[in-house]
Amino acid sequence: MRLVDLIRYTILALRRQRFRSVMLLIAVGLGVGAVIVLTALGEGARGYVMGEFAFLGKDTVVMFPGRKETTGGMPPITGSAARAITLEEVEVLGRTIPGLTSLAPMVMGNGPVSFGSRERESIVVGTTAAFFTIRQLQIAQGSALPDLALSEGKSVAVIGQKLKTELFDNRRAIGQWVRLRDYRFRVIGVLAGSGDSFGRDLSEAIFVPVASAQSVFNVHGLFRVMMKVRDNYRVEEVKTAVSERMQELHEGEQDVTVVSPDAMLSTFDDILRALTLGVAGIAAISLVVAGILVMNVTLMSVKQRTAEIGLLKAIGAPAAQVRTLFLTEAALIATAGALLGMLVGRLLVAAGRHLYPSIPFATPAWAMWAGFGLAVGTALVFAWLPAQQAARLEPVDALGRR
Amino acid sequence: MIEVSGVNKTFYLGDSAVHALDNINLRIEQGDYLSVMGPSGSGKSTLLNMLGLLDRPDDGSYCLNGVDTMSLNENERARLRREQIGFVFQSYHLIPRLTARENIELPLMLAGVAAKQRHAEVAVILEKLDIARRAHHLPNQLSGGERQRVAIGRSIVMKPSILLADEPTGNLDTRSGTEVTRILEDLNREGITLLVVTHDNNMGDRARRHVRMLDGAISSDHMHQQQGEADAAG
Repeated sequence: MRLVDLIRYTILALRRQRFRSVMLLIAVGLGVGAVIVLTALGEGARGYVMGEFAFLGKDTVVMFPGRKETTGGMPPITGSAARAITLEEVEVLGRTIPGLTSLAPMVMGNGPVSFGSRERESIVVGTTAAFFTIRQLQIAQGSALPDLALSEGKSVAVIGQKLKTELFDNRRAIGQWVRLRDYRFRVIGVLAGSGDSFGRDLSEAIFVPVASAQSVFNVHGLFRVMMKVRDNYRVEEVKTAVSERMQELHEGEQDVTVVSPDAMLSTFDDILRALTLGVAGIAAISLVVAGILVMNVTLMSVKQRTAEIGLLKAIGAPAAQVRTLFLTEAALIATAGALLGMLVGRLLVAAGRHLYPSIPFATPAWAMWAGFGLAVGTALVFAWLPAQQAARLEPVDALGRR
Repeated sequence: MIEVSGVNKTFYLGDSAVHALDNINLRIEQGDYLSVMGPSGSGKSTLLNMLGLLDRPDDGSYCLNGVDTMSLNENERARLRREQIGFVFQSYHLIPRLTARENIELPLMLAGVAAKQRHAEVAVILEKLDIARRAHHLPNQLSGGERQRVAIGRSIVMKPSILLADEPTGNLDTRSGTEVTRILEDLNREGITLLVVTHDNNMGDRARRHVRMLDGAISSDHMHQQQGEADAAG
């Protein structure tokens, strides 16, 4: 039998049981769509987290307040430690640990930034000049934050590109005074680019000296400290040195977390990859359920078309051909359902990307093909039994007479 | 040519054995016209199924055009059915979602013949059976006589050597029945072996050779030269 004829014959049969065919199509489509959307979510989360940290080079060490006992887990993002990390301690670290070149303490918060009648809620980063070096940020106009003593505040600010546009349009921002809560800052620099490496956030941020930010938000502790390891020093050793020094400073209490992003990244990567796989696995179960549905529908089809099977055999169709007919039916509908699911899934993923541009939703190629393959594969496996039943029918019995 | 000798077939209904074929010996020459008659349950349908390779006898031998069918596997039997045997059923067994033309094409399609060639061959048959106008109708849009003609078209599209008809006029009114009988006899005149199983004495009497069955055995088998020939000629 020619493939064209086989497909045409099958489509005619499927059209005759339209309701069943459509239900099956939807079931398979849902399964494949679920695999695509859920892996896209997983990958999106992974991409988002990786993007957050990707800007940090291999020679960077980050310190957070607070401690997780288990290693390799998520370090606390919010400082909920018993003891905060203070600027004085950062100063001590910089003085006493030879492996560190530059230290960038950070205080972060949100606040309304205004110029004239325009106001924008934006991210406020209190930090030092070292931050721009470690993050490798380019300045488009003006200069970066000045080199100040850590505890010295100054009313100057660097703003991101987007924030600049929103407050000043095309006018010159350098030298203007912007208001942040009750404080005024003079703009001395504008960041170049949109801050790709950090999503869109940095281009909407305002950078002020760390001591000034502490005053603005009335906080004492630091959100995190980024440290750059000097060339020829090993990251792991410096990490340990920082950890031990902090323990001394905190009277023997181990209440800070020091990580190197490199190690952290690979841990995150592993965890999130496992998460994606797990979620994809759950979605795949729906495909197996769809497979059972395929079996039922094929079984029904075989029962309903017994006389037809008998006739086909009488006019010389061998058993294998009868089996092929029913397998084709299952494969065709699974393929159509899978394509439908892929289409809808991709549309949903695209919609998600549109709604949340900062999260890189994307279905990995393997998930697309695994979803498709699994759908068609399970359909074939589950249709095999009923198809085999049809192939084994005795023509005399099937024709309904003896 | 069909040669059947010493064939038996027994069914078991619960504990009781039914001897559906009891030591059947039958020799049918190419181009013969037989009618098989007998009461219900006499084994005529079983004989037809056995001759049509739809059913296997328990023992005995059955040679079809020189091929010993007892030693064939299921695939080989299917192939032989396809190439040598045409079936006409009382209830037509047309596939409802296929048009008249597609139903006739079906054996060619299963055999993998290209659409173009199928078209040409089916056109000839449609013309011959006078159903060309109904070619694109579905079975449920056809009259009984037309359906049976489509079924006959399907049975001869592979140019078989034997046509096995099981009560071919059983569901038809007299006029359509006569028409179908005429078509079958025309085909027989062109050389095909025709075997008709029927309850209808009128139809059975038309055959050249009359086989009667009773309780699974052949009770009588004799040649008959009578008005069947004359009628069809006139």
